Amino acid sequence: MSTRHDTAASPVKGGAAPGRPPGGTASDGKEARRRQKLSRRWQRDMRWSPYAFVAPFFLLFLAFGLFPLVYTGWASLHQVELTAPTDMEWVGLRNFTRIFDDEFFWNAAQNTLTIGIISTVPQLLMAMGIAHILNYKLRASTFYRVAMLAPYATSIAAASLVFVLLFGRDYGMINWALDFVGIDPVDWQGDKWPSQFAVSTIVVWRWTGYNALIYLAAMQAIPHDLYESAALDGASRWQQFLHVTLPSLRPTILFTVVVSTIGASQVFGEPLLFDANKGASGGAEHQFQTLGLYLYEQGWINQHLGRASAIAWMMFLILIVVGLINYVISRRLRASS
Amino acid sequence: MTTTVTPPPPETAPVKKEKRSRLPKSARAGGTLHGGPIAYAILIVFTIVSLFPLVWTAIAASRDNQRLAQTPPPFWFGSNLFKNLELAWTDANLGEAFFNTTLVAGISAATVVALSTIAGFAFAKLRFKGRNALMLIVVGTMMVPPQLSVIPLYMMVAKLDWTDQLQAVIFPSLVSAFGVFFMRQYLLQALPDEVIEAARVDGASSWRVIWHVVFPAARPAMAVLGMLIFVQTWNDFLWPFLVLTQSGNPTVQVAVAGLGRGFTPDQSLIMAGALLGTLPLLLVFAVFGKQIVGGIMQGAVKG
Repeated sequence: MSTRHDTAASPVKGGAAPGRPPGGTASDGKEARRRQKLSRRWQRDMRWSPYAFVAPFFLLFLAFGLFPLVYTGWASLHQVELTAPTDMEWVGLRNFTRIFDDEFFWNAAQNTLTIGIISTVPQLLMAMGIAHILNYKLRASTFYRVAMLAPYATSIAAASLVFVLLFGRDYGMINWALDFVGIDPVDWQGDKWPSQFAVSTIVVWRWTGYNALIYLAAMQAIPHDLYESAALDGASRWQQFLHVTLPSLRPTILFTVVVSTIGASQVFGEPLLFDANKGASGGAEHQFQTLGLYLYEQGWINQHLGRASAIAWMMFLILIVVGLINYVISRRLRASS
Repeated sequence: MTTTVTPPPPETAPVKKEKRSRLPKSARAGGTLHGGPIAYAILIVFTIVSLFPLVWTAIAASRDNQRLAQTPPPFWFGSNLFKNLELAWTDANLGEAFFNTTLVAGISAATVVALSTIAGFAFAKLRFKGRNALMLIVVGTMMVPPQLSVIPLYMMVAKLDWTDQLQAVIFPSLVSAFGVFFMRQYLLQALPDEVIEAARVDGASSWRVIWHVVFPAARPAMAVLGMLIFVQTWNDFLWPFLVLTQSGNPTVQVAVAGLGRGFTPDQSLIMAGALLGTLPLLLVFAVFGKQIVGGIMQGAVKG
């Protein structure tokens, strides 16, 4: 490959100098040297330009991605006040023991897990169903796709504020509708499970359509003859879905599970705005305080940035564990098929 | 010279054609079975659920606080829409917020697209030592949420005296591993090796290849990525919320969230703010919806 370039590079430059005297030995030596120089520059370009091309990304990534992440671990071993973020005092693992002793840390971890499950599982199941339907031949299919992406375009702030009203205990539309079918009003903010359900609803609303599109894309990539041969074997539609569609979607499902799990571990804006008066505590009894919210409360309300770093580092560890579990499961699944 | 030049034209022509037929093809390649009435019924319900909260935001914004504290809740528009929009606009400092957010999201989208295209091209088409290891880092980074890094970033911002300054929000938003990954996946198959070869044979340096071959070929994906990053930056909440305040260079999200935190919140006003904050993106989606849908689906297949 490279030899081809070397020979091919110079003719252009040579051709650009038409006044070249033919046959002279002296100019031949000059020409050869020039060619050599050109090809050396060419080789340098070939060798180093890839690094130049990826360098800007990696420089920014080092400064604003990797360095802060690593430095979080370092900061978690210090006492740092919000008001003087550059004064750091070494305290060893005390931040970690402090948060482990705090019942609200475990409460937040538990809430993050339950809100994560209530938001991720229905979201992905519904997305799968919708994608399956969208995969039929439909009139106005673009309309449905764009419409279900509208929540994705809505910001967390706007969505949360609307859902606060819809979930209002006294005048909210959801309780009004429940009353219609004879169900007593639910205290969507005050009670533990209803509030977690309501917060999860915001997440589900914003992301189901997006995931449906991702599943749909993967479904459209499945070759048709797979379905045809399954149909020839007498498989029903449901069996085709189970034995052709789902196995083909496995990598995509894994991808969405990983992405939504990461998203679920970071839930912050929805519970923060769901009770604007209580703010960072996540409800009067911390009933829907997530880890993200707990981090914010420790760091910015209680002004302990060191402790907040310890929480961030714990969240990172949790993600690694989740990632490993995902990896093992996907390995198993691949091995079993 | 002439013999080396002839290959490119016939090579580039089919590439362009292939590129153009991409979106419609993925749309056509759906199932062959027609959807029945149940399929339509479910879709319509789902569409209503998706759109209703947005429509109701507008309805609530057109009422007043008293009406929103009554049952049954309003189902149709009242007469206060423009009054509330105007009040929310001034109360939440939305004019400045719009300007700030457009600036931040615009700079972020343009930079991410440019850097991602160049880096994505290197990863997709060039050979260099350490390529696979570096790509692994990119993919691994996609899995680490930026939220975990906010504390050191906050310290940096404090040290640089960037609090309430837009650059505090702009710089961290320039890092997008997803962008690099997205462009790499696109260029892997949208840009045939022969086209690059041909340009090389013509003596084009790597930068010329980027300008004259990669950017033209990547244009559709660049547009999609730009829109995705713009939406993401526009809607970003946590980080702007930490470093910007309502009175100091707020983004739209900071300003809208601030509306809800007054002592006696006027709900219709809050809804007006939420509506204003969402409207620009909804308009973008209404116009470019098809392309955005196509882009998300394209990114998905390869992801």
